[in-house]
Amino acid sequence: MDKNEKINLAEWVKDKALKHGADQVTVNINSSRSVEVSYRDKKIEKLQESTESGLSVSIYADHKYSGHSTSDLRKESLEKFIEEAVAGTKYLSADEFRKLPDPKYYPTALDKNLDLTDNNYSKVDTAERVKMAKEIEEAALKVSDKIISVNSGYYDSYYQNVLLQSNGFVGESGGTYFVVDASVSVKDGDGKPEDSDWGSTRFFNEIPSRQEIGISAANRALKKIGQKKVATGKYDMIVENRAASRLLSLFTSAMSARSIQQKSSYLDGMLDKPIASEKLTIIDDPFVQKGFGSKLYDSEGLAVKKRMLIEKGVLKTYLVDNYYGRKTGMEPNSGSLSNILLEYGNSSLADLVKKTKKGILVNGFLGGNNNSTTGDFSFGIVGLLVENGEIVQAVNEMNLSGNSKDFWKQLSEIGNDPNKYSSVKMPSLLFEGVAFSGS
Amino acid sequence: MGQKISRRTFLERGTKGLVATAIIPTFLGSNLDKAFAATKPVDMKLQDYFVHFGVDEKVINDVMSVALSKGGDYCDLFFEHSINNYVGLEDKAVNRAYTDISFGVGIRVIKGDQTGYSFTEEITPETMKLAAKTAANIADTSGKFNPVKFKRGEKPDYYPIQTPWEQIGIDKKIPYLQQINEKIFAEDNRIIKSNLWFTNETRYMMVATSEGVIQYDYQPMGQISVSCNAEQNGRREQNYFDLSGRRGIEFFTPANIDRLAKEAVHRTVELFEAVKPEAGEMPVILAAGSSGILLHEAIGHGMEADFNRKNVSIFSDKIGKPVAEKFVSIVDDGTNQNIRGSINVDDEGVTTEKTFLVENGTMKSFLHDRISSQFYKVKSTGSGRRESFRYPPMPRMRNTYMLPGPHKKDEIIASVKKGIYAETFTNGQVYIGAGDFTFYVKSGYLVEDGKLTKPIKDVNIIGNGPKVLADVVMVGDDLAMAEGGWTCGKNGQSVPVSMGLPTVKVSKITVGGV
Repeated sequence: MDKNEKINLAEWVKDKALKHGADQVTVNINSSRSVEVSYRDKKIEKLQESTESGLSVSIYADHKYSGHSTSDLRKESLEKFIEEAVAGTKYLSADEFRKLPDPKYYPTALDKNLDLTDNNYSKVDTAERVKMAKEIEEAALKVSDKIISVNSGYYDSYYQNVLLQSNGFVGESGGTYFVVDASVSVKDGDGKPEDSDWGSTRFFNEIPSRQEIGISAANRALKKIGQKKVATGKYDMIVENRAASRLLSLFTSAMSARSIQQKSSYLDGMLDKPIASEKLTIIDDPFVQKGFGSKLYDSEGLAVKKRMLIEKGVLKTYLVDNYYGRKTGMEPNSGSLSNILLEYGNSSLADLVKKTKKGILVNGFLGGNNNSTTGDFSFGIVGLLVENGEIVQAVNEMNLSGNSKDFWKQLSEIGNDPNKYSSVKMPSLLFEGVAFSGS
Repeated sequence: MGQKISRRTFLERGTKGLVATAIIPTFLGSNLDKAFAATKPVDMKLQDYFVHFGVDEKVINDVMSVALSKGGDYCDLFFEHSINNYVGLEDKAVNRAYTDISFGVGIRVIKGDQTGYSFTEEITPETMKLAAKTAANIADTSGKFNPVKFKRGEKPDYYPIQTPWEQIGIDKKIPYLQQINEKIFAEDNRIIKSNLWFTNETRYMMVATSEGVIQYDYQPMGQISVSCNAEQNGRREQNYFDLSGRRGIEFFTPANIDRLAKEAVHRTVELFEAVKPEAGEMPVILAAGSSGILLHEAIGHGMEADFNRKNVSIFSDKIGKPVAEKFVSIVDDGTNQNIRGSINVDDEGVTTEKTFLVENGTMKSFLHDRISSQFYKVKSTGSGRRESFRYPPMPRMRNTYMLPGPHKKDEIIASVKKGIYAETFTNGQVYIGAGDFTFYVKSGYLVEDGKLTKPIKDVNIIGNGPKVLADVVMVGDDLAMAEGGWTCGKNGQSVPVSMGLPTVKVSKITVGGV
């Protein structure tokens, strides 16, 4: 289904829903084409090619609201689907806050090019994809004879979306992305520690070096040999850039207008107040060229802007969608994030290690959870023990625990190494005096 | 899905029209066509499934012949129609509802241990052949397929329900949520917010293999989840309680409605008294029930045979070896009546079973799907599951639990001088190769001098699978199964599971704390 077919179908769905009694309608139509290669033991383990499409419709009728999605897009099925959706909605309670966004929040121009689509996507052939995965495995296997298993992979996707709001918005968005990865298991006595590395891009010809990914995954796994827990206590903590995005979720789950309105946020009442070290500035920027989170409007059609989330440690905004904006009286500014950037520092990960006297370099989190109502969190970690600026051993089977209210004030330095393969461009971070439990 | 209606529709409109009738008006139950509601899904026969998916033996054989045209050893076609309904209450009103319908067929071709996969959301001979052609490319020679006569294996019925969810309209579900909500606010005046969801799923599946096996199943699921927020002296706490199973609406009895409200409130307000335990290694008592998450993470994933076939699990060479005390037996079971992880047949058409992972302290069996059972030259354990027709199957857990042991709950608690008693959980994770696993304790108690004392909250526990198995020093006689809606994720695929445990003492494990 091309763009025009999607728009025509969306208009048709809207008309049917209005005809059956809806006052307002949202229609979302997606399609994607993706290919996945998994490679192991010098041959393809799995080759999956898929083309899929889906439609979702939200019904607003007498201030009653419901949402429905289906993968069956033929009109004879859809008409019945829509009729039932509208009829069923009437059983719900009315909710005065249920209506589409005020059209003044829709974008006025949709012509900005964020460079998200590789127009040569359809020219990539399967043999090239398989070759990528093969190259990664070859590179990883050469690194050490302690390697037990390498699983390398290649994934790509070409996706398109049309969003229609019946009160005056039609938007079309889409993009491509390409991912290569490897996970490597190594022998370590009875254990088989594993680690992985990956890279991703918007354009096929910018896929990162397969050699680098394979070698890095192998070296990461090899570094885990001999891992063990160390004594319970306070350590300085360096968090590697790619692991640090997990920590960001401590803020984001508590910043939504929903969690404020539902009284489940420890950040309730903290707007314009310090919630973190003044070293921390976090920006949400939807307009990064080729960015993985880039967009011109969000899933409700709200125009997005570059915004400051936290400035020098002070909370600058909540994340307000249309519905909870109406419920709280806050102005909607999009309830979802785009690309996360920080004000970066000057130190590399290696510099941060050099500065640390007694610390743990966390390079992965395992399980754990956080309580957005109270700020409490507890995560399992793996990483490396640092003593006097040197990495001395691998650590695992330890927990990091704390409360976000205090924890972010212990942040003492921001690295200069944003993660280029994610929409969350976290750098490595250094915290002082963090509680770890171990032996 | 009345047989007569569907057949007639089939004759009148052909394959395409048939799929149109596949949209079942669960959302609007009160307007259900009477004839449509006449047949219980559990009574549906193979022919009904053929009609429902708009196929017959010849069409399936034709698609298989394309799938195996490049020299694949084996192929299967997995047809699926699932309908999910969600009705929600927030701010004291039932003011939101969602439906998700998924319909399609996945085609898998296997060559040795290599898999080719594709799927289509439109079930016609043409679209299926196109998908089959894509999946066929995992092989690169040529092959000929002799049409098979399909034979259906045995199919038990582990989840009888009274009324299919298709006959329960949204109007019938709303009062349940309203009642629970009234009870919540009546229970404790510190409650300030509540969020409730009534969810149900109906999954029709049919799988046909190039070896002539055909199976089908109707898999229901019902769940009510309750989350509460409470405030006391300016401090807020949140917790939840849910009940889930392969159940019909009759499961939500007045007693269960009452429990949903009271237990959610109790779990929430108790957190006002809660402290964080000290950090470090200590004895941990796991309460009977959802503590089975320990088994899911510490041993279950490591026993999934795909990880072992690749030699990346810490348990790869442990079969036949002692791994725990003699009173420790652990099973993964698809046969528990109405339990969330039960399946009559797996997604490869194999009848499910109760599989011993550990029997009397000795490692017994991995969990197998087709590929791994061929590799190990054993029978599949009926563990081949998939999230939907969009994915190929893998070995997965069903209901994982420990059998009752020789100890009493009271003597287990009395034996601990200083430790914790872990009771409710939110999530867990494991590194298969190193064996490190975690699970997050939402609530429990400190154990001091053989007694449960202060409540605790929000701590992660981290251990090593084989070490923790060896450190299980007491097992109670009070096995209980988890009651909540557990979902297991692996390689991007989610499937419903359950778990269970008697009261168990682990002598030493690392507890996150302050």
